[in-house]
Amino acid sequence: MRITRLAATLGALTMALAVAACGGDDAGSGSGSGGAKGIEGKAAGGKLVIGVKADQPGLGLQSGSAYTGFDVEIGKIIAKGLGVPESGIEWKTTVSANREPYIQQGQVDLVVATYTINDERKKVVNFGGPYFIAGQDLLVPTASTITGPESLAGKRVCSVSGSTPAKRIQSDYKDAKLQQFDTYSKCVTALAGGNVDAVTTDDIILAGYAAQDQYAGKFKVVGKPFSEEPYGIGVKKDDAAGCNKINEILKTAATDGSYKKAWDDTLGKSGKAAPELDVSKLTNCS
Amino acid sequence: MDVFSDPLNRDVYITGFLWILKLTLAGGVGALVLGVVLAAMRVSPVPVLRGFGTAWVNIFRNTPLTLIIFFCYFGLFSTLGFSVVDDIDLNNFWLGVIGLSVYTAAFVCEAIRSGINTVPAGQAEAARAIGMTFIQTLTIIVLPQAGRAVIAPLGSILIALCKNSTIVGTIGLMESSNAMKDLINANGNAVIPIFLVFAGTFAIVLIPTGYGFGWLANRLAVKR
Amino acid sequence: MSTDAVLYDHPGPKAKARNLVLTIVFGLAVLGLLYWIYSRFDEKGQWAGSLWKPFTYGSTWTDYILPGLQGTLQAAAVAMVLSLVFGVLFAVGRLSDHWWVRLPAGAIVEFFRAVPLLLLMFFIFFGVPFITEQPMSIFWAVVLGLTLYNGSVLAEAFRAGVYSVPRGQSEAAYAVGMRKSQVMTHILIPQAARAMLPVIVSQLVVLVKDTALGYIISYSELLQLGVNNLSANYGNVLQAAIVAAAIYIIVNSILTGVAGWLSRRTRRKGRAPRAAGAATQQATIEPGLGGGGGA
Repeated sequence: MRITRLAATLGALTMALAVAACGGDDAGSGSGSGGAKGIEGKAAGGKLVIGVKADQPGLGLQSGSAYTGFDVEIGKIIAKGLGVPESGIEWKTTVSANREPYIQQGQVDLVVATYTINDERKKVVNFGGPYFIAGQDLLVPTASTITGPESLAGKRVCSVSGSTPAKRIQSDYKDAKLQQFDTYSKCVTALAGGNVDAVTTDDIILAGYAAQDQYAGKFKVVGKPFSEEPYGIGVKKDDAAGCNKINEILKTAATDGSYKKAWDDTLGKSGKAAPELDVSKLTNCS
Repeated sequence: MDVFSDPLNRDVYITGFLWILKLTLAGGVGALVLGVVLAAMRVSPVPVLRGFGTAWVNIFRNTPLTLIIFFCYFGLFSTLGFSVVDDIDLNNFWLGVIGLSVYTAAFVCEAIRSGINTVPAGQAEAARAIGMTFIQTLTIIVLPQAGRAVIAPLGSILIALCKNSTIVGTIGLMESSNAMKDLINANGNAVIPIFLVFAGTFAIVLIPTGYGFGWLANRLAVKR
Repeated sequence: MSTDAVLYDHPGPKAKARNLVLTIVFGLAVLGLLYWIYSRFDEKGQWAGSLWKPFTYGSTWTDYILPGLQGTLQAAAVAMVLSLVFGVLFAVGRLSDHWWVRLPAGAIVEFFRAVPLLLLMFFIFFGVPFITEQPMSIFWAVVLGLTLYNGSVLAEAFRAGVYSVPRGQSEAAYAVGMRKSQVMTHILIPQAARAMLPVIVSQLVVLVKDTALGYIISYSELLQLGVNNLSANYGNVLQAAIVAAAIYIIVNSILTGVAGWLSRRTRRKGRAPRAAGAATQQATIEPGLGGGGGA
């Protein structure tokens, strides 16, 4: 009965693995417990789970064991304002498709991940911010003759499948040929390989790629945004108090220099001056 | 089911499954031809051919299809400059067909090789005794008999191929899985009906196909 | 046909010469193809040091590839055991004498075998929380998807295995007074599992590869960490994918190797069922059962 014994060992091993995996998960999704509601209640416990992108240079990027980027710095500012030390933050990778479910299900407390505020999303989550106004733009090779979305006719444009930028190209610029991938890094690789003529998404994301060492001097952002994408900080739909608190923290950050520092330490390195955080545009959290 | 009463959404659904159908048919033909050639290589007298066949099977059978499709775009097309047509969708379709074919051929090859093993040794010995060459023995005597024995496994491979063709969506083809993602993104309130319609379409087509192959395999089985 | 060599005669002088020519011609063709690929990669600068150098950094392995591999193996290991359990349960279910067990078990197995895993995982992660109103952990979404699909395929493998055990075995077992559950657990399932080992293993290889689909719902596995996140730092998607593919090939080859060793061991003991000949034949003929499956 050697097989039986082997199976038993295997089973035991798996259970151990499962428990380990499960434990790791629980630590991550342990939000929603505790008496106080919303992120303020969660922050009172000294811990906060923040969802960020992991593959977006300059905004949210896993570099080694840490996360870096503008979104990450904004996340730190919010955590600090809520009284959570940096050691109390747990970073969690989110992708565009799972931001709403993560917030709704309480797997993250807040999301700072190139998250455009729009009416559709407002139905399911509450947004603090915007902390930045991005706009859809084009990333093209330095020598390209493309000067804006109008000159895209007959050109190959790359974006992420099902994303808002891809949809806009399909509906507003029908003469452009659309190539879709599941990540922007693949689009940028295709651009570097000369397989597409332009990559389109928010200017700030494109600037992050253009500033990468790997692509230094090869690409430029066209610089004619053709949409307005206010980036917000997502929290649970019913957490209006938490949302208001985030806006207060952002108001302080706009004046005390921490917002500018967040920019200068990340995207500002490419030489772009820090934008103004326009506090008059902050959401009303309803 | 309100989602599907909108003709635009119905178009997304139909286009998605049309791509799946085309990918399955083209990929199936490619995989079958390639798989038979590979199987012949693996049982051939020439060591270098055998080695090539073995290497092919071990490499492609053990790599996730997601990666193979990825290599078709970024390796074959982007780096090696292999391109079929200028149209983006159509070119991606053919790149997907190539990826599905080389991947599935590894499984077809193994199925046929084990089918060859079901043909009694005496058959091949008799063929050789009357002076047939390797190619003749294989194509006239062994493969026709092996072919009947592998109908059932080939059926399963075809079904797997059909489901696998959803993975071509990762290089941008709007096949059924991307179509489903699109519809769910736009109709968050109808996640379950959308899933049931997409999954149901696969089930309604593939379950009878599976039984059909089983029936065919029984009918054509070589009685010994 | 135990050896393939029965398909051709021992080569005489003429055949030897022909084989040599074929070897040289085909060998040169393959080498030429490889060289062409190499030079095209060179032309496009894909061998550039900066693209490959990251793989010499310790952090590339400790922060991206190894944690990714761990995620892959963890999900695969748990899903393997669960799908074996699922497979046995539903195989027995489908063989039940009671129609109210047999029919639902059959329907479930057939349904999950026919639905693409990509759709299934997507639904479990995004759709199920709407029904249960509970968050769905990514880990369990991946494991559950893998279990339902591969478990269903394994259920069919076990069922075929049970049919391959000669009737006399179960008749004899009933004759010595065993109950039906005893016949199943002591006589049929162990022999079926052994007879179906090749199918089971090829399905487990499929399962390991299918974990790659987990990256679509952002499960931190090899593709997510080792290809996506890594290449976002260094801009080397193609290189990272080549390394990831090599790792998958190594892991799966080890799995296949262990299984081969296991089956040779059990066979040498001479304890294989009497139907071994027929059963292994059937088994080897069905690697495609779930074979082409998954990613």
